[in-house]
Amino acid sequence: MNILKFFTAGSVDDGKSTLIGRLLYDTDSILADQLEALQSSNRKNDDGTIDLAILTDGLRAEREQGITIDVAYKYFQTEKRKFIIADTPGHIQYTRNMVTGASTANLAIILIDARNGVVEQTIRHSYIVSLLGIKHVVVCINKMDMVDYSETIYNSIIEKYKILAQQLKLTDVTYIPVSALKGDNVVQTSENMDWYEGESLLHFLEKVDTDSLDKSQLARMPVQWVVRPQTAELHDYRGYAGRVLSGTFNLNDKVTVLPSGASSIVEKIEFFDQTLDAAHAGQSVIIHLKDDVDISRGDTIVNASALPQETKLIEADLCWMDTRALDTSIMYNIQHNSKITKCKISEILHKVDINTLEKHAAEEFKLNDIGRVIIKTADALAFDLYDDNRANGSAILVDTRTNLTIGALMFRAAVE
Amino acid sequence: MSTYNFDYLDELEAEAIHILREVAGQFEKPALLFSGGKDSITLVRLAEKAFRPGKFPFPLVHIDTGHNFEETITYRDQMVERIGEKLIIGSVQESIDQGKVVEQTGKNASRNALQTVTLLDTIAKYQFDACIGGARRDEEKARAKERIFSVRDEFGQWDPKRQRPELWNIYNGKIHKGENIRVFPISNWTELDVWNYIRREKIELPSIYFSHERDVITRNGQLMAASPFLNMDDEDIVERKQVRFRTVGDMSCTAAVESDAFLIDDIISEISASKISERGARLDDKVSEAAMEDRKKGGYF
Repeated sequence: MNILKFFTAGSVDDGKSTLIGRLLYDTDSILADQLEALQSSNRKNDDGTIDLAILTDGLRAEREQGITIDVAYKYFQTEKRKFIIADTPGHIQYTRNMVTGASTANLAIILIDARNGVVEQTIRHSYIVSLLGIKHVVVCINKMDMVDYSETIYNSIIEKYKILAQQLKLTDVTYIPVSALKGDNVVQTSENMDWYEGESLLHFLEKVDTDSLDKSQLARMPVQWVVRPQTAELHDYRGYAGRVLSGTFNLNDKVTVLPSGASSIVEKIEFFDQTLDAAHAGQSVIIHLKDDVDISRGDTIVNASALPQETKLIEADLCWMDTRALDTSIMYNIQHNSKITKCKISEILHKVDINTLEKHAAEEFKLNDIGRVIIKTADALAFDLYDDNRANGSAILVDTRTNLTIGALMFRAAVE
Repeated sequence: MSTYNFDYLDELEAEAIHILREVAGQFEKPALLFSGGKDSITLVRLAEKAFRPGKFPFPLVHIDTGHNFEETITYRDQMVERIGEKLIIGSVQESIDQGKVVEQTGKNASRNALQTVTLLDTIAKYQFDACIGGARRDEEKARAKERIFSVRDEFGQWDPKRQRPELWNIYNGKIHKGENIRVFPISNWTELDVWNYIRREKIELPSIYFSHERDVITRNGQLMAASPFLNMDDEDIVERKQVRFRTVGDMSCTAAVESDAFLIDDIISEISASKISERGARLDDKVSEAAMEDRKKGGYF
């Protein structure tokens, strides 16, 4: 059994929280006392049934206003898979929260209200999915009960969406007609839509291939911590602790340590009380090298025959996440895995109107703005392009005055 | 390439180890909050996997309400002995004696809320800049929104509206002097995941997690262990029942469930079939719909 992390994009009006509530409810993932709290709550649907959306609206302000402000994580499992849902708000003022929720997801669910079809926010949500490089997309045409479960309406919506998907280069898209409110095609296949021959949403989620095994040759491990017991019996022990971001390290592999460029050979791989032959993407291990090279936190161990980019000028997509606008005259911190260095945004190439996908020149960058910039870093970063290697192609910006995380960066090109 | 089977427990474990190592790398004076409960016991195992054969780069800190289950304290002391790491105890009794907090009165009096003051005092005394805790997002809906690195201000307060975005696997640990960060490495684990992990790793637990006979009273529909720490009166009828505890907190606010689960396997089947969630056995969450959110804003774990 493995884990599928997915995120849901859509606004309250699309019934997003209701859809998640429905997944939890119909998979018996709501326990008796939670259900009791739910039933005793004052919020009900018009027909008196439980408002399933309450399950995900966690904060008081959200319950009061009936909107989702922040990312809420929900968990459920079936016999086939464990699921982590990042439930994110859909309004434009919460674009940064959506980017946050999308950053760790392998799959995105985009909700479309069958009565409205593809609208501005569908474009926005789909753009974010493509920006964050989420491989699988499920488009749920929701509220089918309110359009008499019409196949014609469903077909006309997916025809429109296909054009958008092509424009955004979303290649793996699945369409499902649902009613989150009534439960059609969420967990159980609907009897109201004989014309739909596909699976229910849950069945699809249970079997979609997530490629948890990263087959890339780009073996990367940022060093987080150097283990040095310095005891009498382990006097010379020196192990580099980290999590393999991508690829595989095998015993005796030739590796390069960046930024120093020193090369060595993997001598031993440890995981607690075990000695391993190989360390794969996702594993947290300790690596020992044959040579005595100077390595500390912030350095990266990589496959010597597939080196990453290494520059101080990087072209990147930026999502701005702070209420204070970007200031190209000041220095920020950039955090790329375990490495932190100073940086400046040296140029704004363009900004994207995420409702229309139009690019335009821009002087300023404000909360929720997304666009292309050039960053200049104090130390060179050992990175890959985001499309090749998401884990080593992303970074955050931190404002050294407030310590807030103010930007998400996806590396698109090394600038020579 | 060799084949390997990386299942969901391996993935959760690797993520938690990564987070613990980030704490070690990013902070000057971290601490691991240890309650003696299964979640913090799991954290200790994860810390062993993150740092052995080296020492932990942080001490364990126990905020002791003085109303403990004896079994928990015995377990704690034996475990500290076994792993050879440092233990710091912050005492709620001391906070009471110093007049910093006032003991609650009345039938539902508990020291649970008082812990917050002792915790904040302990953080200030040792100048901890990061405190690792065993909270999980599946426990409660305010927790479902909390970051893995969660910033607390000088007064220990969590501000849900000012949370930093947390992207990919990158954790921003930068803070101002006086602030500290609560770190939750097992945020993405569920109660069942923790139990499955404990079974897989063959981790020993305090005996109160398993079925045993105990004197209990029924209060607000919950079974409470009869103890000198509980304000009892004539209306409370003491009964002997076969029970176990699903969480280990202060004796005056942790309820038992009737159970015949003597072994971990029994517990796992019991939880899988259970219709009461874990925090349902905590009286402290029942006060209002926003009970946990309010306590977290006030500096609670």
